[in-house]
Amino acid sequence: MSWLDVWTQSFEQMVGPSAVFYCLAAIGLNVHFGYTGLLNFGQSAFMMVAAYALGSLVATWDQSFWLGILVGFGAVALLAVLLGLPTLRLRADYLAIVTIAAAEAIRQILGSVSLVEYFNGQDGLFGFQETFENLNPYDERVGFDIGSFGVHWSAYDFWVMTVGWILILLSCIIVYLLMRSPWGRVVKGVREDEDAVRSLGKNVYAYKMQSLMIGGMFGGLAGYMTALAHNPAPSDFATDTTFFAWTILLLGGAARVFGPVAGAIVFWFFISWLDLFFDKATAENLIPDSIMDSNQASLMRLIVLGLVLMLLMIFRPQGIFGDRRELAIDAR
Amino acid sequence: MPGDTPATSSPSAVGLADVQAEPGSAKPDPILVVDNITRSFGGLVAVDVDHVEVQRGIITALIGPNGAGKTTFFNLLTGFDRPDQGRWSFNGDDISGRPAYHLARRGMVRTFQLTKALARLTVLENMRMGAGDQRGERLWGAMLKFLWRGQEDDITERAHVLLKRFRLDEKYEDFAGSLSGGQRKLLEMARALMADPELVMLDEPMAGVNPALKQSLLAHVKSLRDDGMTVLFVEHDMDMVRDISDWVIVMAQGRIIAEGPPQSVMGDQRVIDAYLGAHHDADLTVEEEEQILARAQEELAAEQEETP
Repeated sequence: MSWLDVWTQSFEQMVGPSAVFYCLAAIGLNVHFGYTGLLNFGQSAFMMVAAYALGSLVATWDQSFWLGILVGFGAVALLAVLLGLPTLRLRADYLAIVTIAAAEAIRQILGSVSLVEYFNGQDGLFGFQETFENLNPYDERVGFDIGSFGVHWSAYDFWVMTVGWILILLSCIIVYLLMRSPWGRVVKGVREDEDAVRSLGKNVYAYKMQSLMIGGMFGGLAGYMTALAHNPAPSDFATDTTFFAWTILLLGGAARVFGPVAGAIVFWFFISWLDLFFDKATAENLIPDSIMDSNQASLMRLIVLGLVLMLLMIFRPQGIFGDRRELAIDAR
Repeated sequence: MPGDTPATSSPSAVGLADVQAEPGSAKPDPILVVDNITRSFGGLVAVDVDHVEVQRGIITALIGPNGAGKTTFFNLLTGFDRPDQGRWSFNGDDISGRPAYHLARRGMVRTFQLTKALARLTVLENMRMGAGDQRGERLWGAMLKFLWRGQEDDITERAHVLLKRFRLDEKYEDFAGSLSGGQRKLLEMARALMADPELVMLDEPMAGVNPALKQSLLAHVKSLRDDGMTVLFVEHDMDMVRDISDWVIVMAQGRIIAEGPPQSVMGDQRVIDAYLGAHHDADLTVEEEEQILARAQEELAAEQEETP
């Protein structure tokens, strides 16, 4: 790997499959948190439920791919109702507690030994992407070169990216259309002050439930893309998946339609570059072993990421797209 | 201000000439009737009201000293809190235990003591939110603008008219969070009117408002009555109550202790006792004053010792 590869691979990751599904997950969180003020710390649960519904229906029960997609959305809606029913009447904190716990519980259940014949335990599901693979119009590596600088993706990755970015575009349009409507106005009102909205004759509980469901559906899309990009295993849906999506949302700017998109692009470029840079620097002994060896280097990206997130919250809490003026208003 | 001509209509003018000035008296045309409502927090009985009726088309004040249970009573009636027991009806329909949004849709809209402006929405968006039964507020139609555009235009037009009336028309593009305290009160009242209420319930509309704005708020409250709405408001400032209310209900320690037209209720011994304590008119003797002074000095000294 050359120093140039540090840059080209970072650019590949910037819009690659990972950026796609984290972006979709963050769009869901944007509906939850950015617009409605719901603290969902279990977005990975929505992703996992959709991914596993699709994977297990095709791989375990030999059903069609499209039925899997449909059942996945159904499962997401059911999960939203189950999570929302007991918590949405209570203060915002309760949803946060319940979602983070539910996400872990679901991950442990789907990865458990006793259900291994259905969900294949910790190895995860595979061999169900055939329908999607067959639709792939690309038959060789796709990419472009500018002089010696070139970015390339495998045909399948590029197919995942194509579908993924179309879904992102559609999701952004849906979010935009919803949030400029009176429905979006009510939801934003709920974010500001539930009681005021209630006093004006709006059924706040129903709006929160709808929002939880819609944001969950975007999480479901993220789950499908994860499942199609590589074989989904329980470790793909750990809590750090949710927190990466949160980082992306805050980085891009909450309550902005393109916030999650900008966040995902910046995040994945940044985190790939850090990873590759420290890897290369330790391998070349630019950073001597006495300071850091290559195993330790792989952790550097998370350390730097944490630092950047802190600096972001201090100096630009509104994110890339946010409006500082809006943040300066003390809502409560 | 005895001697001033009262700004309120006389009891006979609002059809209350024959109503007895007694707690729980029956009104000729009640919009709100409450029976046997209680609410306790642990051992404290915050509200314990046997019977009360609110007459349609007038301004009724609900007054009482701090901690009398006025706001709790308000919260119970508007569905923001649940009573231990009790029934109440609006326009003859039983509405006990109904959720807050349901009552608002029926035409019973409230405001809050601590104003609840939706800070990061603009003033105009705050107003539009007030309008009831909007097609675009349903999820299925929300994305299709052509379904709700016409209705939205009507709502916006109504909002501008109300904003002009409440002198907020130049602020319509500003975030509600950037308004002053008094302007937020005005916005909240205007927003409540967007819902076309029959009964407007104002929880301390004058709290924390400067005297100049108070006069304008008073005028606005009166104009609600002139537009045919019924107003029920919580207040503890007696002067204000005298100024604008047609009928006064007095609460103390969770109970309704007196009712009547403002002029007569203010002189009621039970009310004076509730506000000032039963022994308020007995002068302090010199000895008592000295005792109080000595106690205060002891406390001061003890405090100074504690904090070296």
